Amino acid sequence: MSDLPQGAAERRIDSAGVVIALALAGLAAVLVWDASQLQSNNPYGMGPHVMPVVIAVGLGILAIGNLVEALRGNLPARESADAKAVWLILGGLALLIAIIGLGGGFIPATTALFVATATAFGRRAILTDLAIGFVMTTLIYVAFSRLLTLSLPAGPLERLF
Amino acid sequence: MDAFVALANGMAVAIQPMNMLYALIGVLLGTAVGVLPGIGPALTVALLLPVTYKLDPGGSLIMFAGIYYGGMYGGSTTAILINTPGESASMATALEGNKMAKAGRGGPALATAAIGSFVAGTIATIGLAFLAPWLVDFAVHFGPEDYFALMCVAFVTVSATFGSSPIRGLTSLFIGLTLGLVGIDKLTGQPRLTFGIPELLDGVEVTTLAVGLFAVGEALYVVSRRHHSEEKLEPVRGSLWMTKEDWQRSWKPWLRGTMFGFPIGALPAGGAEIPTFLSYSTEKRLSKHPEEFGKGAIEGVAGPEAANNASAAGTLVPLLTLGLPTSATAAMMLAGFQQYGLNPGPLLFAERPDLVWGLIASLFIANVMLLVLNLPLVGLWVKLLAIPQPWLYAGILVFATTGTIAAKPSVVELSMLAGFGVMGFLMRRFDFPIAPVVVGLILGPIAESQLRRAMSISLGDPMALLQSPMSATLLGIALIALVAPFVTQGLGRFKANED
Repeated sequence: MSDLPQGAAERRIDSAGVVIALALAGLAAVLVWDASQLQSNNPYGMGPHVMPVVIAVGLGILAIGNLVEALRGNLPARESADAKAVWLILGGLALLIAIIGLGGGFIPATTALFVATATAFGRRAILTDLAIGFVMTTLIYVAFSRLLTLSLPAGPLERLF
Repeated sequence: MDAFVALANGMAVAIQPMNMLYALIGVLLGTAVGVLPGIGPALTVALLLPVTYKLDPGGSLIMFAGIYYGGMYGGSTTAILINTPGESASMATALEGNKMAKAGRGGPALATAAIGSFVAGTIATIGLAFLAPWLVDFAVHFGPEDYFALMCVAFVTVSATFGSSPIRGLTSLFIGLTLGLVGIDKLTGQPRLTFGIPELLDGVEVTTLAVGLFAVGEALYVVSRRHHSEEKLEPVRGSLWMTKEDWQRSWKPWLRGTMFGFPIGALPAGGAEIPTFLSYSTEKRLSKHPEEFGKGAIEGVAGPEAANNASAAGTLVPLLTLGLPTSATAAMMLAGFQQYGLNPGPLLFAERPDLVWGLIASLFIANVMLLVLNLPLVGLWVKLLAIPQPWLYAGILVFATTGTIAAKPSVVELSMLAGFGVMGFLMRRFDFPIAPVVVGLILGPIAESQLRRAMSISLGDPMALLQSPMSATLLGIALIALVAPFVTQGLGRFKANED
């Protein structure tokens, strides 16, 4: 084994796996820190801090396990990903959250998500998709408010109904 | 004989027109989402939770069970016609069924899957009706330490024992357990992991997690590898009906598949993959036409499909009698019970027999409905597969976010939904299983409260866990189940060799 060139061994290290291991270790640290803020005045039985610490220990062990797997290059092979399309859907979600947060209402928010997702999946007819999304979300809004009597966030558009 | 009386009373509840309607809606929705790639029964129940909390609990639960059963039927249609198994449990079906469809025998493949599912579902539901009262009598004597130990078994088997990598499975489970800690501690009223955000005091909503992981995560994953996928829909050619030879070759695999599916589903091990693959390899070994396997052998569809459905009924045994979910869909159904303040277990059988037995009886009705829906009407469901992918996923995401917006229209909740979506995407990309996260979130807090109850009874002595013979045995089983995959290198390799 020792005659293996150093470079080959290094190339097999999966950097994404190392990041996963570090994130798990970080999560464990957050759990321990949060548990230390809790008061435990329970002389008999188990306080609220025990379970977080137990889970943190488990996460710590799993961080090591994931690190070993990453260093050995044991992670499953991954295909190339279309990052642009993923970001497009995430952008649609961000737009949805912003519109709801600013009081724009349900219909514009979900229509934006509809168009962004359809575009991410390769559609190039934004106006058509806008119309389809608008009709669909309007129907959902009316069905929810009239049939199920569940209120969805209303903006200027929804108040017309 | 109690089971007969109880079942008869349950049938009287199940045939009430409203409950029949709920069952019908459930099986329709279930079949539709089973057929559609990208959404499954767990996500559908999650989406319906916020919508149904004002409805009648009995009816909603009948609907959820219909979705569960329907999803199993619908999944086989997609597996046979486009060779993309929506769930790992349909993988064996896709193996042989798609070959049959390509050879122009799609009709008999769909028929043997549907009839096999019906036979298995019916036998397994009878099994459920007779096993449940017996298990309930047994579970009445369980103390909190026994429940805690039982949940440890479920945690280990769901995450580590049967997956492709025990480390990744356990990592998923512990992420779920961590999410389960968020919120106010019920015993002392102290907030845990809330970081001063008031929206987190109530804890992480199961719906938000499930919709984020299943809907948003799946959409992100599918779009990220869009340029790889090549789906081809095989048209259903030839007769839908099975020939005499098809029947002869199918009935034994149906029964054998049921024998694999029901017991394995009923164990707190969960997962329909193991029984389907066991059934597949058994049929391959016993078949008189082993040369047809890999080229479209009808036994290879009949057996695994029966095993698949029988295990779905099997998972209802621990869910109803012990409150123990062993699959993602069962976990969502438990969340459905919880939303009405109901806790499945021996007490529910005593307090609400109408509800429990009505639910069990309705499963028979759902099975009959599904047979009718799936055999003559299969052409209708196939049309669903013609929805263009961009609109399908755009629609799924709109419905998915609508559920969260209806439940909690806050920026924090929607950001969590998006965050869980990214998590679901990354977990799929790096091959971490999803179900253990959901099971961990739902079962974690219950396990903790049982453990703390046990500890306060024993005045803080942890040895109490080992002094009860039941809990000591169960903890031993959990330990073996945890260590075994590391020793034997897991069933994952065996499974990888299988296909």
